[in-house]
Amino acid sequence: MKRWMPFEWIAASRFLLEGRLQTLFIIGGVAIGVGVIVFMAGMLSSLEANFIRRVLTSQPHIQLVVPDQVARPLRNGGGVIEDATIQRPAQRIIPMNQWPKIRDQMLAMPGITGVSPTLSGSALVARGEANRAINLVGVDPATYFGIVPIPDYIVAGEARLTSEDIIIGTELAKTLGATVGDKLGVSVVSGRNRVLTIAGIVDLGNKGTNLRNTYVALRTAQSLEGMIGGVTTIDLTVADVWDAEIIAQQIAAMTDIEADSWIATNAQFYSGIKAQIMGNTMIRVFVALSVAFGIAAVLVVSVIQRSREIGILRAMGTSRGQILRVFLIQGGLLGFLGSLFGALMGAAGIIEYHAYTMQPDGTELFPLVLDRWLFIDTALLATLTGLLAALAPAVRAARLDPVVAIRG
Amino acid sequence: MASPVLRLEKVCKSYNIGQPSEVEVLHDIDLILERDDFLALMGPSGSGKSTLLNIIGLLDRPTSGRLFINGQDTAALSDAELTHLRGHTIGFVFQYHNLISAFSARENVEMPLLVDRTFLSPAITARASALLARVGLERVMNNLAMNLSGGQQQRAAVARALAMSPDLVLADEPTGNLDTKSADSVFELLREVNRDSHTTFLIVTHNVDLARRCDRIVEVVDGRIEA
Ligand SMILES: Nc1ncnc2c1ncn2[C@@H]1O[C@H](COP(=O)(O)OP(=O)(O)OP(=O)(O)O)[C@@H](O)[C@H]1O
Ligand SMILES: [Mg+2]
Repeated sequence: MKRWMPFEWIAASRFLLEGRLQTLFIIGGVAIGVGVIVFMAGMLSSLEANFIRRVLTSQPHIQLVVPDQVARPLRNGGGVIEDATIQRPAQRIIPMNQWPKIRDQMLAMPGITGVSPTLSGSALVARGEANRAINLVGVDPATYFGIVPIPDYIVAGEARLTSEDIIIGTELAKTLGATVGDKLGVSVVSGRNRVLTIAGIVDLGNKGTNLRNTYVALRTAQSLEGMIGGVTTIDLTVADVWDAEIIAQQIAAMTDIEADSWIATNAQFYSGIKAQIMGNTMIRVFVALSVAFGIAAVLVVSVIQRSREIGILRAMGTSRGQILRVFLIQGGLLGFLGSLFGALMGAAGIIEYHAYTMQPDGTELFPLVLDRWLFIDTALLATLTGLLAALAPAVRAARLDPVVAIRG
Repeated sequence: MASPVLRLEKVCKSYNIGQPSEVEVLHDIDLILERDDFLALMGPSGSGKSTLLNIIGLLDRPTSGRLFINGQDTAALSDAELTHLRGHTIGFVFQYHNLISAFSARENVEMPLLVDRTFLSPAITARASALLARVGLERVMNNLAMNLSGGQQQRAAVARALAMSPDLVLADEPTGNLDTKSADSVFELLREVNRDSHTTFLIVTHNVDLARRCDRIVEVVDGRIEA
């Protein structure tokens, strides 16, 4: 017997060791349950990470824009609508009024970690015969790269944005047959144009975005669009991406600016993920329940088998509390040990599945996310479940009348 | 004068109180055990010997009457206090399956000390080893309980009953499951311990030969003590 272990732990571990097969089976049962939870949760995190990665690589968490110009229906004095058919006017590039004030407000708001004013509008790029409509985004690299980390996605050249530079997506580069160092002619609706040099080619993980989005220095965009000192949007990042919608609503309530969170603009994806999380939680609860019943069943049997020994322990001065703890510890140990093996099984499952779904070109289908909190949480949950499951059998053991138990 | 180790005053015990099947199993039992006593409790089956032993051992409470251990009235003690008093003053030897099978002979003897002190110490291990040597089990000390013979198990049980240096050892047919030779030697062991350590013994037995070797014989018939 170990000197550093108190009586309750010695008795609990010996009882578990003695009931070899029972112990092994229930630990196996717990491990399978925990393995499923870990695998599912790991897959969900991977899915979530994959989705967030796809959506948020090229998109800020929240984008502040000037509200659409909506033509108001003509009203007669009495509120009768004269002509209810409203034609939406063509959307022009509308500068944001007093944007420095809004920017400062955003900088002061809790939960917001990055603020970058940008100017975005449409333009036409031309290289030789080829030309293409694009979305021209004028950014301040210092702040914008903190929101969309363009430098991380550069596949050729560098993320340099002097007034003569342009960064384009891989698809556009392919379409135009352009490479780093080539000159592109960029013109806007008003007829203003400029020749810019491709400084870098970026892969934002999405074909459409790689074709459409181009990045220039804010000043370059301002002079092209004829909006010196103006911006059209303010891009934001928040500390917790899942808070984006709440913060967007706060901003909308605070200012007369429209605030679009990534959650709102990707509502379908988002509700898909939410449904997955719900389903996952349900599975977790039911697996925990079945684990609890399994542990309780094994311990109830163990209490019955050990009645006489419990009686003898009571006769030699063991208190009810000590007996209670001996069985609670057994429950906790079963949950904990099961969760250790289960976590290993679940993690192995995810790693195996990740390798299995690796695409022929060596790129992964989804990122491998193994959060250590998943393991810590699961181990805690399983241990707690074991303790709770052990409660009824342990109380039963503690309440045994030693006279009856010893008589057998 | 020091109080007797045990004093019973008009102890009664009824089962199934308040039900149609209510029975009084023990009637007005008076009994005194002095230090050093070596007493045999005899009587026909069902006469109430085990019931009496359980009450004396603080495993059960009398329905009425008083029970003093070393002069202390036990009626007012809580369940937890009774458990503590039991652990420190009373040792038990039962008829069979005395040992906890998950532990070795030595660990079984260490158990009452471990329960009391929570942690094991070299002193506890040394005491258990000495006690096992005393009962002649030094060579099988580390065997698991279930690998000991019936006689060896009873000897280990005696060693365990002595672990906390109790004032009183209660033995309910300690030799009931043994052959004559083993029964004789286990009984002789109890006698020796009584002589050497002045521990009081109360032994339930059906064996007249063994009972004759005790200092006193008390007979229970139909829940009453016969003179
Ligand atoms: N829990 C109980 N409920 C009802 N009656 C009981 C209970 N326990 C014991 N009895 C009764 O009490 C009487 C005394 O039983 P006890 O076990 O004390 O006898 P004993 O003298 O030890 O017998 P034996 O020599 O067979 O061991 C018996 O008639 C028994 O049926
Ligand atoms: Mg009996």
